[in-house]
Amino acid sequence: MADKLPEQKQDLVVIGNGMAGMRTVEDLLKIRADDFNITVFGAEPYGNYNRIMLSPLLAGEKQLDEIMINSREWYDDNGITLHSGDPVEAIDRKRRIVHARSGTEVPYDRLLLATGSNPFVIPVPGNDLDGVITFRDVDDVNGMLDASKSQRKAVVIGGGLLGLEAANGLMKQGMEVTVVHLMDALMERQLDAPAAKMLQASLEARGLSFRMEAKTEAILGRKRVEGVRFAGGDQIKADLVVMAVGIKPNIELARSAGLHCERGVIVNDTMQTYDPRVYAVGECVQHRNATYGLVAPLWEQAKVCATHLAQVGSGRYEGSVTSTKLKVTGIDLFSAGDFVGDENTEDVVFQDPRRGVYKRIVLRDNKVAGAVLYGDTGDGGWYFQLMKDGTDVSEFRDRLVFGRAYAEGGDPANDAGVADLPDDTQICDCNGVCKGDIVAAIGEHDLKSVAAVGKQTKAGTSCGACQDAVAQLVEATLGEGLEAAPDKITVCECTDLSHDEVRAAIVDRHLTTTAAVREALDWREPDGCHKCRPALNYYCVASWPGEAEHEDASRFINERAHANIQKDGTYSVVPRMFGGVTNPRELRAIADVAEKYDIPTVKVTGGQRIDMLGAKKQDLPAIWRDLREQGGLVSGHAYAKALRTVKTCVGKEWCRFGVQDSTTLGVELEHLTWGSFMPHKFKMAVSGCPRNCAEASIKDFGIVCLESGYELQVGGNGGTKLRGADVLCRVKTPEEAKEYSLAFIQLYREEGHYFERTAPYIERVGLDHVKARVVDDAENRKALAERFTHSQQFAQTDPWEERSAQGVNREHYIPLKEVS
Amino acid sequence: MAAIMADAEWIEIGRLEDIPPLGARTVGMPDGDIAVFRTSADEVFALKDACPHRGGPLSQGIVHGRKVTCPLHNWCIGLADGAACEPDEGHTTRYSVENRDGALFLCLVPEE
Repeated sequence: MADKLPEQKQDLVVIGNGMAGMRTVEDLLKIRADDFNITVFGAEPYGNYNRIMLSPLLAGEKQLDEIMINSREWYDDNGITLHSGDPVEAIDRKRRIVHARSGTEVPYDRLLLATGSNPFVIPVPGNDLDGVITFRDVDDVNGMLDASKSQRKAVVIGGGLLGLEAANGLMKQGMEVTVVHLMDALMERQLDAPAAKMLQASLEARGLSFRMEAKTEAILGRKRVEGVRFAGGDQIKADLVVMAVGIKPNIELARSAGLHCERGVIVNDTMQTYDPRVYAVGECVQHRNATYGLVAPLWEQAKVCATHLAQVGSGRYEGSVTSTKLKVTGIDLFSAGDFVGDENTEDVVFQDPRRGVYKRIVLRDNKVAGAVLYGDTGDGGWYFQLMKDGTDVSEFRDRLVFGRAYAEGGDPANDAGVADLPDDTQICDCNGVCKGDIVAAIGEHDLKSVAAVGKQTKAGTSCGACQDAVAQLVEATLGEGLEAAPDKITVCECTDLSHDEVRAAIVDRHLTTTAAVREALDWREPDGCHKCRPALNYYCVASWPGEAEHEDASRFINERAHANIQKDGTYSVVPRMFGGVTNPRELRAIADVAEKYDIPTVKVTGGQRIDMLGAKKQDLPAIWRDLREQGGLVSGHAYAKALRTVKTCVGKEWCRFGVQDSTTLGVELEHLTWGSFMPHKFKMAVSGCPRNCAEASIKDFGIVCLESGYELQVGGNGGTKLRGADVLCRVKTPEEAKEYSLAFIQLYREEGHYFERTAPYIERVGLDHVKARVVDDAENRKALAERFTHSQQFAQTDPWEERSAQGVNREHYIPLKEVS
Repeated sequence: MAAIMADAEWIEIGRLEDIPPLGARTVGMPDGDIAVFRTSADEVFALKDACPHRGGPLSQGIVHGRKVTCPLHNWCIGLADGAACEPDEGHTTRYSVENRDGALFLCLVPEE
């Protein structure tokens, strides 16, 4: 075959649709998207998934769609031809063609082998019985999940990383699990004896059984597995046997193509095999006599391979230093490097059996050579970095074992965590993403969430262990940015105006529809977008009560449907229970509705309401009708940027500590305020004494009853960011408490930015500003309360009644047409 | 493409005014709903009622321009091409829908 001209596209064929192969392709696309026709062959019938998340998949903590890395659309969008479920059976290196099982033949200019590894099956009689399974792919996990539904006893052979994760997953699925291990300590390749012992004790406490130093001699059973026999003659029963003793590189195809292989496919530092047109990456390769079964080395190999394929840079792969974490929820374990040591190393050991903490740092010539951490692994990344950098630790050797914050001389109580780390510290060990990369990406692409960072940088997208650290970086980075330019925030990308400017224009120029606002203020998009439309709708309605009307098309679905959309497209229904007080009639109506409409889940909410989850959209009007007719129930507005709930305790009516009638005050407050729309959701609470059982101090407006009156609190929040409420003032009578609350709500309605809770609102305007308008200026307080009461006459209609009895928006709840 | 298709694959689904402006209605199908959208310019588009991200019901989203924002995680999907807006990636199946003097006709065979 003749070589192609430089301007012609090269044909790249990738054998193996796993993590190593696809990462190489992703890296290649980033450098040279247009230079290759790419064809991918995969043996499994799926897109590309994250194999190291199979353990959480088995444990039921993740679903298959959550562990997919690239969907089929991704292949299409990037012009990649994917042959999944069609393994390549031969490579003709002379003619440069691969032959797949289906008969498909594809020529190549460059070939990438990423065939991964196969699970090692121990050669004992009975290893082919039904119910003997390995732990390698999605099919294996499905097999285990199926077995766990009907079978009871599982035996996992292998007490290494994979075996323990499999055992934990099966236990989570309800099976009785025994782990069989040949050695006397678990994970002997990653842990020293004390850490292994702590791990075993902790897993035993969770319900796993162990048989240590046990050599499996045979798997028993006729057709299906019935038991396991060990050397020495002991037997145990088993309905399922999982072999998790190790992996071996999958080199059959490479070997049959005449490529030099030993334990793996031999590659050089540019990931080329003995045939320079053929590259190999991942678990199938042997590089400088090492093979790898962890994810981080794969990424390093992929990067080098991609740059070499793209003919840019001169990166070389020089082997990987690896670290290990166990993916068993609730067990913190970290190990890296040479943790056993030799005559030239010294150990620094810290042990606190009661707290379940063990740390061992192995030093060679005052440099970290390895580490094992159990129970407290927060400094694992730091030790790993010291090890990779070869840092001399003699300066802080005496404090080394206590962790970074202490060793580097700071006050450990002030440890600011990841924000203080140097830029080259690796945050995501799976994907090799450093702190500097993440911070740069946040700034460059305006990222505001862990997910967005993951999408851009891949950090946190593999095992997920570093997501907390990523979240801290997002917060730290954005925190600075937000403080620097608080006034530059525009409503959305459709305008350069701020929330305050837009609202002022709506008031000054008497604008009453979102279209009029966009027109008057020269919006860039005639229709606006999903961010500005709900905001404009709110500002119009709040500024012009009785004049401006809510526009359905400009409201989020929950406020349009008057129910909360759930992740599966069903809805939840929360009726109002004023002050959290209910009665048999209401409860009976709820029970009847739950049965009649097959409501799968009925749950008590945090705001003292009852939530019916999983209702079908077309049933909503009938559900509301039944709730109203049988129980007298109305909408709880649990779906709206509105007054949500007033939570109360029983107060002095029942409680021996209660000093005021908190329940009645709460019920009255809720009758005054229900139905009012706000910039964001708004929660209230009334506690009958300073013990504060209604948790008034984390509410938007809270009342704590005192012997002598009422303490009023504002701006509390128990959600994403915990914020204790500020004390606004103390008042003497319930009438005053109500007037102050209405005044505060109205002030927030007039000044709060859409989507801004009271906590950030108060931090923006300052508590003194609120006090000046609500507490110190009695006239202004009365005016605010009056404006609120005026607007309520237009707001207090029950949307459920309108929709179930008056047929309002009937078409929202039924399909346009049904096709059978 | 649409012109040469047999009439049997087109069904009448209702009238333009049955769909609120800047809104959507669904057509129930045995294998999942189709969402029919109406823009502010009275254009109509049809997509499978499932976001390429997590399958969210696009018919419940906010329509703006020739786009809809999924109610579950705010992915933005083009009505004309079914493609997710950057930086998200993915496609939703498209269907042809025609406004013939106010009567809406939907082709049940998905677009390529």
